[in-house]
Amino acid sequence: MKRRSTGLLTMVAFGYAFLYLPLLSVIVYSFNDSRLVTLWGGFSLRWYRSLLDNENILAAALLSLQIALVSATVATVFGTLVALSLNRLGRFKGRTLLTGMVTSPLVMPEIITGISLLFLFITLSEWIGWPGSRGAVTITIAHITFSMAYVTVVVRSRLSGMGQSLEEAAMDLGGRPLAVFFDITIPAIAPAMISGWLLAFTLSLDDVVIASFVSGPGATTLPMLIFSKVRLGVTPDINALATVIILLVSAGVITAAMLTQPKDKSRAG
Amino acid sequence: MIRRLQRGDGRRQWLRMALVLPYLWLLLFFLAPFIIIFKISLADPLVAVPPFTALIDWAAQGWDRIYVTLDNYLFLFEDRYYGVIFLSSIKLAAISTMLCLLLGYPIAYFIARQTPRRRNLLLLGIILPFWISFLLRVYAWIGLLNTHGVINNFLLWLGLIDQPLALIYNDFAVYLGIVYSYLPFMILPLYANLEKLDLDLHDAAADLGARNWQVFFDVTLPLSLPGIIAGCLLVFIPAIGEFIIPALLGGSDTLMIGRALWDEFFINRDWPVASAVSVVLLLILVLPMMWFQKAQAQTDAGAEAQGGVV
Repeated sequence: MKRRSTGLLTMVAFGYAFLYLPLLSVIVYSFNDSRLVTLWGGFSLRWYRSLLDNENILAAALLSLQIALVSATVATVFGTLVALSLNRLGRFKGRTLLTGMVTSPLVMPEIITGISLLFLFITLSEWIGWPGSRGAVTITIAHITFSMAYVTVVVRSRLSGMGQSLEEAAMDLGGRPLAVFFDITIPAIAPAMISGWLLAFTLSLDDVVIASFVSGPGATTLPMLIFSKVRLGVTPDINALATVIILLVSAGVITAAMLTQPKDKSRAG
Repeated sequence: MIRRLQRGDGRRQWLRMALVLPYLWLLLFFLAPFIIIFKISLADPLVAVPPFTALIDWAAQGWDRIYVTLDNYLFLFEDRYYGVIFLSSIKLAAISTMLCLLLGYPIAYFIARQTPRRRNLLLLGIILPFWISFLLRVYAWIGLLNTHGVINNFLLWLGLIDQPLALIYNDFAVYLGIVYSYLPFMILPLYANLEKLDLDLHDAAADLGARNWQVFFDVTLPLSLPGIIAGCLLVFIPAIGEFIIPALLGGSDTLMIGRALWDEFFINRDWPVASAVSVVLLLILVLPMMWFQKAQAQTDAGAEAQGGVV
């Protein structure tokens, strides 16, 4: 028994080292003074300074944030409505099609989503003249479409675990449907909606493939810019950018975990 | 009672109306694109904008009006290149999935056996990289694997090697990249399953004289099969169409369908063939996808039944 746990512990330690050492090396090398990424030239913040001076990167980051904010918000509204309908409407016409359409993006190769949406935009602009040019709007539409699937999954699992007795009680007491919805249902599913929104936001900020297809010449998102730079190899300023992102995201995730911790069920392990 | 039913109906009516917009959205931006991609896969390539012939030729009369060709699909079958690429993608995705399982299972098993407090901490460690950009995590490996990268420098410094090893721009780096990026997708469903396993079963088996490995292979492993299936599908399905990992870490001889599709589209600009490749890739993925949706539906039904009890 003892020997087996030692073996297991080694495997687990190896697994975590495997997950974190690459990120650690990026962080360390972002402070490297040398332009040659692999040689240590002493501690320096020069790549962070050059990051702040790089207007292309800043503009791309701003565009990505705008797209992520809008697409995550719309995806959360749409995804919640779909989750509510699938959970509360029982059988209705077109339910199977809706289920299929909203779960498929979870397993669809991004490259196919990208190509097919580009074809749609080209066909539409031929038929009705919209969209005239591709860019931030078409990327936002694409991101809403695939991230609402994730929101639906998250909100649906919350809804199916919660039952309807509170809402029924409120209605029995004479609550109007919309009032009940905003006073009872929304607060109950709010944590799931927030997780869904964060997931949609992250997915949007992370997407290279779909954005590359549906974007036009004018719009370059941050991941598209990073991708085109790192295709040529390692660059020190991307190390600095990666470090900023890694630290920001880690701080956010750890804070969120700490905020939700006390409410956890205390089950004996 | 009647009033309550009416109230209920009123709310449902409201929800039905609210659903119209997301429903239309999905029809237009999810379903319609697939019909179009299918349509283009049946067209001839043209040197024009857009570079394919129209399916419905409005100028023609009668039967001539609908123009369909299977040439693009025939091309895929005749051209050995695409057969090799499809097989190679399936192989790369399948081996990576197995490697993920071998590495992920012990970790999920270990986490599931900890106290709740430690469990949350360990899970956070698995989930955290998932929130950090996929692209940047793949990028991190370039600096490690390069000819003059961290690993080679370290091995040279130790004196274990005289010359840098070829660690990047080959299939090895692609396997590494896929296992690294998709490991959380394997661990989380495995953990969700292993956490629910009844430990009494282990004690019973042990009391009856089973050895540790017997308990594992006869009790734990069969019971965790749903988690294994879910984890494997969550790795295999996206891995097969992966583009970023082979583009950044693979060599020119790394054949993956996602990359071939990108090149066919952006470099050759042969949209009908790219569409046909997409349709074939979807057909390959249909079975695993349906399997996944069935498993998902079962989990949902289970959760709903549980919710009903509570």
